[in-house]
Amino acid sequence: MRARPFALIAALAVALWSLPVFFLPTAPAWAVNPDEVLADPVLEKRAREISKSLRCLVCQNQSIDDSDADLAKDLRIIVRERLLNGNSDSQVIDYVVARYGDFVLLKPPFKGTTLVLWLGPAVILGLGILAMVLFLRRRRSPVSGTGPGTGKGAAPGRPEPLSAEEKRRLERLMKDGGP
Amino acid sequence: MPRRTIYLVPLSVFLVMAFYFAVGLTKDPKIIPSALIDQPVPEFTLPPIGDGQDGPRGGYGKGFSTADFKGNGVSVVNIFASWCLPCRTEHPFITRLAKMKVARVYGLNYKDSPKKALKWLRELGDPYFAIGADRDGRVGIDWGVYGVPETFIVDNDGRIRYKHVGPLNQEVLDDVILPAIRKISR
Repeated sequence: MRARPFALIAALAVALWSLPVFFLPTAPAWAVNPDEVLADPVLEKRAREISKSLRCLVCQNQSIDDSDADLAKDLRIIVRERLLNGNSDSQVIDYVVARYGDFVLLKPPFKGTTLVLWLGPAVILGLGILAMVLFLRRRRSPVSGTGPGTGKGAAPGRPEPLSAEEKRRLERLMKDGGP
Repeated sequence: MPRRTIYLVPLSVFLVMAFYFAVGLTKDPKIIPSALIDQPVPEFTLPPIGDGQDGPRGGYGKGFSTADFKGNGVSVVNIFASWCLPCRTEHPFITRLAKMKVARVYGLNYKDSPKKALKWLRELGDPYFAIGADRDGRVGIDWGVYGVPETFIVDNDGRIRYKHVGPLNQEVLDDVILPAIRKISR
């Protein structure tokens, strides 16, 4: 009877993992309508890539490629029109950014106003490592023996080395195989 | 330096984070700052609703274009549509604003059918100085429109100076729109 909860948990885990399988294949098919698709597969592929990097401002956490909002559809069509007119990928993206700002980019650009966003985690990690190194170094360094708080048992780091008397006693104990 | 000050580090980190969260989490994520603030009004020409003739074919108004914003004082551009429910609640306040004569109020009829737009105007009244019909929404995209209603304030030089997303009400009118118009007129 003891194995039962595990079996239940295992079954639940399998069920949860398989859930996305039911949703995934249908989800992308809702947004891009057949009449939007370009005849040129290379251009269409570029259009899909660009659309995936642009945020739908109505639904915010979807790209315009995923969203079936009206505005997303309009923007998908504009992306395709611009590609047909010979625009480069970055020209198309610049066109949309000029109207809606950096916020439409699902991947924020690296620039002055986003420095904290990009470098913040690295700086915090660096500070953390620095603090840890300083802490460990202080712990490992032998107690200098001056000032208060360095007496027996007071040092938080390593204990004081054994005295000659203690070493002899230890040896004796080891030889005898215990007290 | 006293050793104990190190214990203030976590506290100060917490306070800084609390401050940013307090500011950041009270902001409405639906409201996105416009990329067009202090930019000139986009190049566009909008036709009137329908054929422009108030006749059987259901036209109305005279349309407007970029040139209208040069040297005509402060202007307000209100994005509206008959299918937009909040536009209905803001309509009395747009009317109030237009009657104050502090700015020319233009109406950009966004992705609307002429028939329905006309019915809306007949029913609620037309507060606008001019109305332009943006049937396919392309001019709206040039203005960076993403949620209707939106209201822009344009200065005498044709530069977009302020954008309000969402319907106007008395509070927004008194506390935001009118002070902004006053400041930009100066």
